[in-house]
Parts: sequence; structure tokens; C-alpha cells
Amino acid sequence: MTKEVTLTIDGKEVTVSAGSLVVDAAKKAGIDIPTFCYHPKMEPVGMCRMCLVEIGRPAIDRATGEAVMEDGEPKINWGWKLETSCTNPVSEGMVVKTATEKAKQGQNGMLEFLLTSHPLDCPVCDKGGECLLQDLTLAHGPDKSRFIFDEKHHAQKHVPLGDAIWLDRERCIQCGLCVRFQSEIAGEPVLDFDFRGRKTEIVTTSEPGFDSVFSGNTTDICPVGALTTKQFRFGARPWELDATASICAECPVGCNTVLNTRREAKSGGKIVVKRVMPRQNEQVNETWICDKGRFADLNADNRLLEPSPAEWTDAIGAAAEKLSAAKGDAVYLVDGSLANEELYNIKSLADEVGAKALCYSEVGGGELTTKVGMKGDMGKMGAESAILVAGVDLYTAAPIWWLRVKQAADRGATLIVATQEANRLDAFATVIRYKAGGAVKALDSKEIKEAFSKAENTVIFYGNEGMDLKASQKLAKACADMLPKKEGLIGVWADANTQGAWEMGFEPVEDLAKVLKGKTVYVAGQDALVAAAVEVADIIVAQTAQATEASEKASVTLASRIVAEMDGTFTSAERRVQRFFPAVPPRGDALPGYVITAQVAEKMGVTLDMEAEDLFSAFSDLSYADLAEVNAEESLSIAGTCYENKQGLGAQLPVAVPTN
Amino acid sequence: MSLAEKYPQEIEKVLAKYPPEHKRSAVMALLFMAQREEGYINKQDKVDIAKILDMTTTEISAIVGFYSLYHDKKAGQYRIQVCTDIGCALRGADQYLADLCEKLDVKPGETTDDGLVTIEEVKCLAACDKAPMFQVQSNNGIKYHEQMTVDTTLELIEALRKDAKEAK
Amino acid sequence: MKYMLLRHRDVPNINQIDIYQKNGGFDALKKAIKMKTDDVTNEVKEAGLRGRGGAGFPAGVKWSFMDNNNWPHYVVANADESEPGTFKDREIMESNPFQFLEGIAICSYAVGANAAYIYLRGEFWEVAHFLDEKIEEMEKAGFLGDKIQGTDYSLKIYTHLGAGAYICGEETAMLESMEGKRGQPRVRPPFPPSQGLYNKPTVVNNVETLTSVPYIINNGAKEYRKFGTDKSPGTKIFSLSGNVNKPGNYELPLGTTFRELIFEHGGGIPNGNTIKAIMPAGASSSMVVANDEALDTPMDYESVPNVGGDLGSASVIVVDDSISLDWLINKTVSFFEHESCGKCTPCREGAYWMKQLTSRIHNGEGTQDDVELLKSVATQIRGTTLCALGEFSTMAVVSSIERFPEDFEAKV
Ligand SMILES: Cc1cc2nc3c(=O)[nH]c(=O)nc-3n(C[C@H](O)[C@H](O)[C@H](O)COP(=O)(O)O)c2cc1C
Ligand code: SF4
Ligand code: FES
Repeated sequence: MTKEVTLTIDGKEVTVSAGSLVVDAAKKAGIDIPTFCYHPKMEPVGMCRMCLVEIGRPAIDRATGEAVMEDGEPKINWGWKLETSCTNPVSEGMVVKTATEKAKQGQNGMLEFLLTSHPLDCPVCDKGGECLLQDLTLAHGPDKSRFIFDEKHHAQKHVPLGDAIWLDRERCIQCGLCVRFQSEIAGEPVLDFDFRGRKTEIVTTSEPGFDSVFSGNTTDICPVGALTTKQFRFGARPWELDATASICAECPVGCNTVLNTRREAKSGGKIVVKRVMPRQNEQVNETWICDKGRFADLNADNRLLEPSPAEWTDAIGAAAEKLSAAKGDAVYLVDGSLANEELYNIKSLADEVGAKALCYSEVGGGELTTKVGMKGDMGKMGAESAILVAGVDLYTAAPIWWLRVKQAADRGATLIVATQEANRLDAFATVIRYKAGGAVKALDSKEIKEAFSKAENTVIFYGNEGMDLKASQKLAKACADMLPKKEGLIGVWADANTQGAWEMGFEPVEDLAKVLKGKTVYVAGQDALVAAAVEVADIIVAQTAQATEASEKASVTLASRIVAEMDGTFTSAERRVQRFFPAVPPRGDALPGYVITAQVAEKMGVTLDMEAEDLFSAFSDLSYADLAEVNAEESLSIAGTCYENKQGLGAQLPVAVPTN
Repeated sequence: MSLAEKYPQEIEKVLAKYPPEHKRSAVMALLFMAQREEGYINKQDKVDIAKILDMTTTEISAIVGFYSLYHDKKAGQYRIQVCTDIGCALRGADQYLADLCEKLDVKPGETTDDGLVTIEEVKCLAACDKAPMFQVQSNNGIKYHEQMTVDTTLELIEALRKDAKEAK
Repeated sequence: MKYMLLRHRDVPNINQIDIYQKNGGFDALKKAIKMKTDDVTNEVKEAGLRGRGGAGFPAGVKWSFMDNNNWPHYVVANADESEPGTFKDREIMESNPFQFLEGIAICSYAVGANAAYIYLRGEFWEVAHFLDEKIEEMEKAGFLGDKIQGTDYSLKIYTHLGAGAYICGEETAMLESMEGKRGQPRVRPPFPPSQGLYNKPTVVNNVETLTSVPYIINNGAKEYRKFGTDKSPGTKIFSLSGNVNKPGNYELPLGTTFRELIFEHGGGIPNGNTIKAIMPAGASSSMVVANDEALDTPMDYESVPNVGGDLGSASVIVVDDSISLDWLINKTVSFFEHESCGKCTPCREGAYWMKQLTSRIHNGEGTQDDVELLKSVATQIRGTTLCALGEFSTMAVVSSIERFPEDFEAKV
């Protein structure tokens, strides 16, 4: 147990753990102290001076070490200066005043100073409506400027910092959050301040500019409209947007997101996703997402709008007919892009007719990850932990894990990277380099053994760098063998829900062509999988969201919805089950995959659920109600201080659930 | 040639001053080194130094921009940096600077036509009792010249001109 | 008076090692390294030596704050000397370098540091190279390097050049700069004796402070206390500049009056003008009205505040009646605007704003409202900045407007 400290803030008594900062203690008491440069995930720097408050500390008698009393109350010493609440830790008996005349004068003074060099272009600023400076100015700012506008410092307005991020130098309030994010959190110090004094400005002179897979996060934490994404700039006003909780479908990390949507003329009156924002989940992605997820195109036009044959009844009938004819000889093939609910129905149908249920993945070892699972919380791992990353470049495959692993290393965890190629994690790790085919052998290393025998907690991420499925299965086995206590084995799959497929009992396919040759196949998933099936199989029932050359060649196509259009869950490779919600109406006649499968099944005489919620309870022992509640609107305000999140954590599957 | 190739021993000597895990401390000395040849730090120098010290070029730029003795643009071969801060100003530095500029037909910040000297106005150089004074920043480092008059300054400039010619 | 610091004025060529040694040089170091480290610190504590860099914090007390659970320890000599009006450290280093280096060595021994750095402002390029030579000579003579004088104690001293930034005189900005970063101050606490250079315990002392140490070790705290006042013992170098006949450095006991410094040693005011104001701590000073009370005030840490100023680094700038203070504060504000590091809001924005206002007023384009606004902006900066630079930028402004209103009325 950490020690607790009791202090008084604006007359309220608050008890918090020792070492907490005054600003956080106040938040706990429901008192918002305005801040700009403070971020709970970064070292406080006390530079914007916005959070000034009065802080008094009990007088201590030097001789006795006892508090000095005055009129029966402890005597409080007040300094003449205001102090920053973001840098001062709490102490027993401290008295804080955040709203006195003096404190307000300090805070309002800082606002006035900031506004002397801030342009008044709120009407055309993308941050308008969610700008901390605007909010605080509305609440406390002066109504008239004492600063002569002509004397304002002017600076460049539309500066591309890289492919994704633009800078407005005039709007920057020099809080340093973006610079600190890149160096402290992302470990890629490619943004910095140039010059000094009033001339201070954000620059990048690295080649090629602001190039970081985490770059989008700087636009979230920028308290003003200085940093914006190329994708969203001038795209919409924040207050016109609806917010829906979702899960990123780009990789197996399972980052929690919010989809901001709006109906717009530009998109032919359709409701579209205008941007993807991170949603706090301390156990998964904290308050970050990577640019792969942020800039994923959720409004892509190459959608399959209707089934073929053209009417749903005809398409369903045709699919059922072909599958019924093949009976147990048919192959049911999926990939990890499907939701659990979709996977479950396909698996159930395959089981009913006695057919094979296969999941295509180039990374093997799913049978092991379902057993070993992941016990720890990566966000908390430190000196007691050892982490091995084998045969995978996390930076490209699963950026947020890269970030979490790097942070664990920053906190003292022993990090070992065993890969064929150099990668960006090397800088933070003990590196083992192997040649093609040498992955398993490379694990037989002194460094790893030593680190693992010392650590209380061990986690292994593995992939398939330069390996076929068989080799990667072997690597998985070797990794699992190194985890006697089964602390954590994570397969870095290509898709968001491959883990879900393994949990459901789908089997891996080694030689796709061989299994599908001459067969009737119900394939559900992405274009690449459909294309592979079309190549060799005889009869193809393809359930997919994309209209491509391959889907056209299928005998039957079933137009399915994408994540943004339906209810469902994903299981991350850490085995966390998380829910997403429909954010936009479906395109064309597309149906949720599980509805399609249930309808096909019905025609084949098999009854399956059509409601996502019922399906979930059927396969998981859990109900949607067990998954933490999420409120997309609320979880969006992460610009200021943020705290332990109480919503949206999802549910981690118990370790070693019996498969099948 | 990269900086590391040009001054290998000197770089080693600078690095030896600091604990190996803090070699970044050498950045200031390396920037002065880079400035030696052309009087300013060019893009390639930043890349070289970043590589030597395991930093990003952006971080190097941030340091160059912060300190006033680093330059990232070409100027005259000699930068005559006249102090016009309080101490010197109370002893006539502003007038001295104005007179000097008139003689050289430049404004503060400008370079003489022959590219020899740039006249700059700087803050206190810790020589307030010996005003008017200036320092000359050149590829030979930085040298103080105290209790100057316009005439003695012009003489000095002549001497610098001669030096420059001889060097060529 | 005999010189304790500017000894080259008594002993020519004391910057040569043999001459320094012949005149008692390194005796203090030889003595110190045979003492217990705590005893060395205590001697300095008892001498009451106060930091000469501006804040006047007792040096021995600072040394005793070094965190002994965290190693290695470092010593950094602050040779950034950038306060307008200050030019004493340069004279010490150029003319009496060994006493300074000896002081560093004693301090390093006392706090258990095996590496010490001298952070010089970049402009002191030649001084740095000169010190490098002197350090080498000391190593050759066995007063630095491995196993000094046959003891187990080893010490390396290195010079480190800044590159033009007044803020790097602030100790935490200096440490950042030494670490190869932008020289911007850190949040304090933690103070350098618990987390300094590379986050290790570090003593930062001014050149003059360290140069005072050998005398104290040689002669003892009691002898040292014979100079100066009870609370401000010892001698101090006063850098005298501005409207005065004989500007320069004067080493005098703390507690000497302004009058003695300016009129006796400094030869009074030139051109038949009258003294009007004194800036006792360089550009960071409040403008002290140079009346008889002020002139008769002893220059020590306790007394100067009585006349509305601070001793600071004792860079005494004399201002006579030919000067209008609207011009002068435009100079000081321009200095701080140029030197503000930009890290914290009130200093970065406030200095810029004050510069606009002082320029407007000085150019005769301001109104009385601008003068009021200027004072209000300065007051709004006070007590809110991350380091003292922001605070410094307001001192001359507020005091000039309050104490010399006529200079501003004449301009608007
Ligand atoms: C803006 C600013 C500039 C400073 N400049 C110097 C300086 O040039 N030289 C110096 O010795 N101390 C300077 N100081 C004081 C140092 O921070 C520090 O207090 C001093 O070096 C401690 O040494 P001392 O105790 O021996 O005085 C400055 C402080 C501030 C806030
Ligand atoms: S760009 Fe934004 S985050 Fe970065 S310093 Fe400026 S205001 Fe702060
Ligand atoms: S100084 Fe506390 S939030 Fe910026």
C-alpha cells in the first residue's frame, strides 16, 4: 500500500496517495485547475504557468518536529508567490486555494499573456469548439485586449511538418506537449523548439520531416489549433460531429477509438466517418493510437453494395444450395478481420454440417496463445519484468505495442529483441540478430535465459519475420516453452481478430491451395483471402465488404458490413474482448456477417442467432453488459488532465479457456 | 568530408570530457567545430553531429537556434559584435556603433561589400568598464577588443583584411 | 587593503604556476586533502562565505546538502558571467586562475567529486583556452589528475563553453546546457545538490565564491570573518560601471558603502553631472534613488534591500542626471526580451509586451496609460515565472516608474 496524504483544497478535505501532484488531487476532489503544459503521462515541466494556485504548508517546529499550533489550528505558512499545481506534490496538512482573488489573478494573467500572441482566427480554426485556450478564455478571459493587435508577433500559418501533420506557428502556445510526446513517449525526437523567447517555434529538420507512426497523437494533445492532421484540416467543426465508441481494426492490439461522424453534402448526403480518435483504455492503448488506425480509410468507395445474385433471398438461397450440396466436404474459411459474432456463426454452421472451419493466418501458434494468454498489464510492467520480442517488427506490425514495450523498458523492464532485420526497437533493447531460419536457435541465448530467470514477469511477442507458417508455429512453441509460469505469449497476427478465431476453435491452414482445391468454399473476410480462394476452389460463396475482381469471380457474393456499421466484438491478441458499436449506416444492402450466415444456415436447416448480443453470450460466458460501459462523448476529452479510466476496459478472457 | 573525418582526434578529446553515456554533452563543442570553416553551421554538419552523438538533426537544430553564437547563415569572414548594452551604452557605445557603421557604410546586421566584416549589435560581454568594446567572432574563435575608437577599429579591420589576403 | 581575490594586483604574474606557488599557492589544497571532507565543508560554513553569483546562499551549507546516497558527485563552476554590469569573474580567471582552480579542487574534494566542470559563457573563448593550459600545468605539477599529492583523491577539471545565452547562468539552465540541451531552467526543487548534472548531486558555485575558498582554508574561518560584516563576511569584488570616472573592479570588504565605492574608488561622476540612480545588481536591479541614505548604505546582502535594491552579484551601475530612465528601462527590457528562454509564458510573452511598451514610450509615442499598462504588465509577471529571469526583467521597470515618475511624464 502506498502512503496516503490528506490535504485541504478550497475547503474540501482530500485524501490521495503520497507523491500525487496538487493538480491531480484537486481533480479528485472535483476541482478543475486550468492547465496547458501538464499531461498526466509526461514529466511535469511547469512551463505554461497556467495552473498557479496558493499553496500553504503547515509550520513545523524545527526542534520538536511537531506542527506549530495557532488558536488550536495548525499554523500554515504561505509563501508570497503563487505556485504551480502541476509540479508540487501534495504533503500532509497542505492547504491549497485555487479560486481566491490572488490565484485567479495569476491564472487570468497567464491567459492574457498567451492571448497577446495568439491569433484570433477561431472561426476558421479546426480546434474551435475543443480548444483549451478558447474554453478557458470564454470562462475567465478578459473581454477587451490590452495588447495592441498591430504589435502581435506574426508567424507562418500553413506549415506541413510531414505527410500527415500541419503546423500553424501563430497558434502555438509553446506548451511543449508535442515535443515532449515525441521524445518522452514515442522515443522519436523529431519535433523540437527552434530559437528562444518570443521567437520560439516548433520545427523539424529531420529527414523526412515529422515521420513517426504516432504523429497524430500530437494533434490530440495540442491544446490549441497549432497542430492538425492533413486528413481532418478544414474537414468539419468538432461540434457538428457525432461520436461512437469503436475498436480499431487495423492490427491485433485492439486500440479503443471513437469514430466521429457527420452527414455531409460532399459525400453525397451520406453519413461518413470524419476522423478516428483514441479513446482511453489504460490497459490497451492509454490515450494514444497510431497513424495506421487514425488515418485508416473507413469511407472507402470500393464497397460491395449488394449481393449477387442481386436479391438477398436469391443470394442466400444460392449460397445455401451450394453449401448443402457439399455437406461436410465444404470448407469454411475465414480471416481475422471478422467480428467474434461473425466467426461464431460460421464456426457453428461448419460444426453442424461436419465441415472444416479454417482461419487463414501466416503467423502460427494460435493453439498456444489461447492457452498461455496474457496475465499482466503491460502498462504497469517495469523492472520486475522481462520482455522478448521475437521475429517481428512491432513498430510496423503493432505500433502501440511498440510504444508499450518501449515504455516498459523506460520503466526498467529488460527488453530483448531477437529479429532478423534491424528495427526501431533495437535502440531500447538488448539485440539478438539471426539469419533466415535461425529464429528458434537464436532464442537459446544466455541473455534471454538470464533475463527470464531473474524476472518475476515474462512476456513474449512473436511473429513470422522471414518464416512460413510452420516455422512460425515452431517459434511459437519454443516461446511457449520458455514461459513455465505462462505469463504472456502474444502472437502478432496480421488482423484485428485472429485471436478470436483461435479462441473459437478455427484451425490454421498450412497450404491453402491444397485444402481448397476443387472444393465448395464459404469464404468470409478480406479481399486477399477471397482472391486466394477464387484461384483454386470450385465453388465460392464469398462473404465480403469489398467489391473487387476476386469477389466478382465468386459464384455467390454476400455483401457484408464493416466494423463501423455494426455491433460486435473483437478479441485482441492479449485476449481482451472489446465491443464496438455502429457509427454509420450500412452502405447499400450490406448486412452484418452473422446475420448473413444465420440466414444461409436457416436455409440449410440450421438455426443460429441473429442478434449480436445473443451470439456473444452464447460463445463467451459473458454478456455485453459485462463488457465495461463506454461513453464515447465523455471519453473524448483527453486534452487536459486524464485519470485512471473507469470505462471501456473490456474483459480479458480467463487464461486457458477450453477450446471447442 | 564529414566532421568526423575532418577532426577525428579533436572530437575524441571533446567526447573524453563527458561520461560515455552522456556524449550528448559534446554537442556545443562540436557545433563550434562545425562553424570553424565557413562561419556557419550547414545542414550536413547537423546531420554529421547528430550521427556522432546519437541525436536527431531536429534536436541539433533546436540547439543551434537557441544560442546566439551559432549561426546557420553565411556572413562576413569576421563578425564584429559590438556591445551596446547598458554598461557600454552609458559610456557611449550607441554613438560609437553609429559612427562605425557610417564609416563602413553598413547597418548593424549587414556585411561590408567585400564580405570581410559583418557588424552586429550584441548584449553585454562582461567588459562594461572598457567600453566601447566588441568581440570578433571568426574561424579563429572569439577575441575581445576593448576601449576602442572608430579609428582603432578601422585599423583593426585593415589588419584583418591583410590577414585574410595572406591566408588566400 | 590586501587583496584576497584580485591578488594579481599585488603579485604580478601570479597567473604563472611557479609564481603562484611561490606565493603560497596550493597550500590550501595540500592542507584540505589531508583534512576530513566534512571538516573542509564546516570551515567554509563557519566562514559564512555566501555565494557571489547573486543569491548569496551560504556556500558551505550548499555543500553539506549533497545527497550522499547518490553518486557520482559533480562540481560545476559558474563562469557564465552574463549579467549586464558584471565583469569580475573574467578578471579572476584571466589574472588569478590558479586560485580559482584551487578553489574548485578544494570544493570537489569536500563533496567527493572526481570531475568538475567550468561552464564559461561562449564569449570567454580565449579564457577557456587559457584555463585549459592552466589545468594542464596543474596536472603536471600533481595538483590535479590521478592521486593528487600522493593521496587517494583524483580530480579532473574540464572547461565547457556555452554559446551565448544569459539564461545559462541560472544554475539549472546551465546544467541542461551542459547536458547538450537547450539551456532552459528546470523546475526546482529538486535542487542541484540532490539532482544536478546528469541527475547526480552537484554543487554549482560562482567563480568568485570558489576563488574565496583557498583563503578560508589557509587562514581559517575566523581570520576570514575579520573582513566584511557578521552576516556578510569577507571581501567582494564590486564591478563598477556606468557614469563614473574610474569604472572597474574593486575588491572591498562587504559592507563598504556605495559612497566609498563610487566616489572614493570610482572617482565620482564625470562631466560635472550629479548621481541620480544606482543599479546595484546589474540589469536585474531595482533602480535605487541615489540619495544620501542610499549612498551611505553598506553594500551587503542585508542592507541594500533597505533602500529598495539587492546586492545580487554587486555589479554597481551608476546612472547620472543626464540619463532619462525611460531610455534605460528600454535597454534593460530589451536585454531580457532578447535573453528570455521562452520556456514559461509570463516571461516569454511579458518581456515582449514590455519591450513594445518601453519602445513606444521611449520614442515619444506612448501615453500615460501606456506607462500604467507597462507597470501593470510588469507586476503581472512578478511571482509567476519559472525562474528568476522573468522576475529580474520587471525590477528596473517597476522601480523606475514608481521612483522616477517625472522621467516618464516628460515622455508622454
Ligand atoms: C537568470 C539568472 C542568471 C544568472 N546568471 C549567473 C551568472 O552569470 N553567474 C553566476 O555565478 N550566477 C548566476 N546566476 C545565479 C545561479 O543560478 C546560481 O545561484 C549561482 O551560480 C550559485 O553560485 P553561488 O552560490 O556561488 O552564487 C544566475 C541566476 C539567474 C536566475
Ligand atoms: S504545437 Fe501545440 S503542443 Fe506543440 S508546443 Fe505548440 S501549442 Fe504546444
Ligand atoms: S505550469 Fe502547470 S500546467 Fe503548465
